[in-house]
Amino acid sequence: MPTSFIILFKRLFTSFIVLIGVSMLIFTIARIIPGDPARIALGPNATLEAVANLRANLHLDESIIVQYGYFIWNLLHGDLGISLYTNRPVLLDIGQFLPATLELVFVAGFIMVAIGLPLGAIAARYRGKFIDHVIRILSLLGVSAPSFVWAVILMLMFAFYLPIFPIAGRITDSYTIQAVTGFLLLDTLIAGEYRAFGDAFWHLILPAFALALSGIGQAARLTRANMIETYDKPYIEMAQSYGFSEKRIASKFAFKPSLIPSMTIIGLDFAAMLGNAFLVEAVFAWPGLSRYGVAVILRKDLNAIVGTVLVISATFLIVNIIVDLLIAFINPRIRFSTRRS
Amino acid sequence: MNQPTLNIENLQLGFKSHVGMSKVLHGISLNIRKGERVALVGESGSGKSVTARIILGLLQTLPTARISGVLEFEGRDLTKLSAKQRHALRGTEMSMIFQDPTSALNPVYTIAVQFTEVLRRRQPKLKKLLAFEQAAAALRQVAIDEPERVLNSYSFQLSGGMNQRVMIAMALINNPTLLIADEPGTALDVSVQAQTLDLMHKLVQEHQTSVLFISHNLGVVRDFADRVYVIYKGRIVEEGATQLLFSNPQHPYTQALMSAVPRITGGGIPNIPDVSDRYSDPAYIHPASGGEL
Ligand SMILES: Nc1ncnc2c1ncn2[C@@H]1O[C@H](COP(=O)(O)OP(=O)(O)OP(=O)(O)O)[C@@H](O)[C@H]1O
Ligand SMILES: [Mg+2]
Repeated sequence: MPTSFIILFKRLFTSFIVLIGVSMLIFTIARIIPGDPARIALGPNATLEAVANLRANLHLDESIIVQYGYFIWNLLHGDLGISLYTNRPVLLDIGQFLPATLELVFVAGFIMVAIGLPLGAIAARYRGKFIDHVIRILSLLGVSAPSFVWAVILMLMFAFYLPIFPIAGRITDSYTIQAVTGFLLLDTLIAGEYRAFGDAFWHLILPAFALALSGIGQAARLTRANMIETYDKPYIEMAQSYGFSEKRIASKFAFKPSLIPSMTIIGLDFAAMLGNAFLVEAVFAWPGLSRYGVAVILRKDLNAIVGTVLVISATFLIVNIIVDLLIAFINPRIRFSTRRS
Repeated sequence: MNQPTLNIENLQLGFKSHVGMSKVLHGISLNIRKGERVALVGESGSGKSVTARIILGLLQTLPTARISGVLEFEGRDLTKLSAKQRHALRGTEMSMIFQDPTSALNPVYTIAVQFTEVLRRRQPKLKKLLAFEQAAAALRQVAIDEPERVLNSYSFQLSGGMNQRVMIAMALINNPTLLIADEPGTALDVSVQAQTLDLMHKLVQEHQTSVLFISHNLGVVRDFADRVYVIYKGRIVEEGATQLLFSNPQHPYTQALMSAVPRITGGGIPNIPDVSDRYSDPAYIHPASGGEL
């Protein structure tokens, strides 16, 4: 489908421009906030000379434009610099922490779509009936609290008072799983450790639901509203007068057209999860990018700050592109923007 | 066995709301014989579409609708059928053509997908490939030269006239006994509308399909229908063979209508100002119409 390629190409190009902008911005901001990174890294007992040496090594005495030039030059060589906090390449650090965050966000996103859309469709089909009211109240509840509040509530209810789920972490410490993809759900399967898979899955449930709940509510409400609007369309009256079954109409002929307007918002919700994940990770001591991000900001670890922000922005943009492609995929009007006949 | 395809007697309809009942149909009677093309004409809001929706059994599912009267389809009492039995008639024995073909087709599924769904009403196990072939054959019947291309298109990729042909083919593909056409093609331009109506005329004649033709447009009705009912504010005011009714309208409302229409371009029905209380005179039934059994 050539139109999809054009969309992809355009979006990749604008994303690239956005990333350049973001890099400039975060590069400047990281350097404006007070504190001398070299001094913080070496500690209060280091000699003035040692601090001066480190500053020179990091090109901190040059103008910010020259510094940015060095940064871009290294970036083009796949190098985000060394973290002063971990003394390892920033890229290596991110490679270690990002998958945990992504795993959480992907599972939460999946839960949002897999539960929110059907709930909305069911509520619309049984509009005004008991089940509709139940779903509407539940979804209102979902959107009424931010995810870190849900994280605390779920943790208290299902890990503390009713100790069904683990209270923190990604997996029980006794398992050692070789990191291949960094996604524990995949790595455990690759290693053939099915008990470890179950354990990792069990750890994921509370944080993923905490992250997904408001999205579920949002998706259900949107889908319901769009479905109800769609039910007034002539093509639904047509489907009814041709005797298409109510089930087929609810799950197909009214569902797909309603999905199109919902998708954009659901995509935005999904991307917003990347940000919300930081707080949920903090509550559940999830070893994701948030812990690393907070630590490097407190230490004014310039390379790590810039690297973390850039990677998160890139992930955000990629998610957006994927959502746009999905929208093009379900909406033939975008796929075939030319009129035949 | 001169059983009518459709027989309606004293059909009443009201909508309940929190302010009370609003009556929409005040006891209309109407019948259509096998292979007969009957028009129902009247101004906007007179109750044409609700009549169609009652015949299809769609309005019966609306909790606010209060319906009474005789409704017989091929001698079967529709009011005694269960919701499921009524559902079984839709898309098989009865089908429908809508005012705006482009918006009556689903914008996110190809024509082929929708045809397959319609065909499966009669042949539930029908394979996709066979459905495609049957649909293509039906499209050739409505003078579409490249049915494969049309079947693989979406409604927004086709012209209004093309969509109208698709709708006609879809409505007739299961060989229904009764076709209801609610202002078919009013949304199309006049020449395209005339063309597609000719096609429809030819096909229903071939298949001996009974048609309830709902329209605003007296010119079109005159060409298409064997017999005409004039409806005014939920009451039938005149009924008769097309020729007779047009040449010799008897009811004051019909007369006002006929004398008003020539002034309106396109022959659409104007809303006649409610000047005469004679508009609520009892219905005039032309004797030669043969409408009574
Ligand atoms: N679901 C409903 N609830 C309440 N009133 C309704 C409903 N459907 C139709 N009506 C009313 O019934 C009357 C007849 O409507 P109907 O759609 O049959 O008119 P029509 O003759 O088809 O007009 P038009 O030529 O504009 O299509 C109108 O006054 C309309 O407001
Ligand atoms: Mg109407």
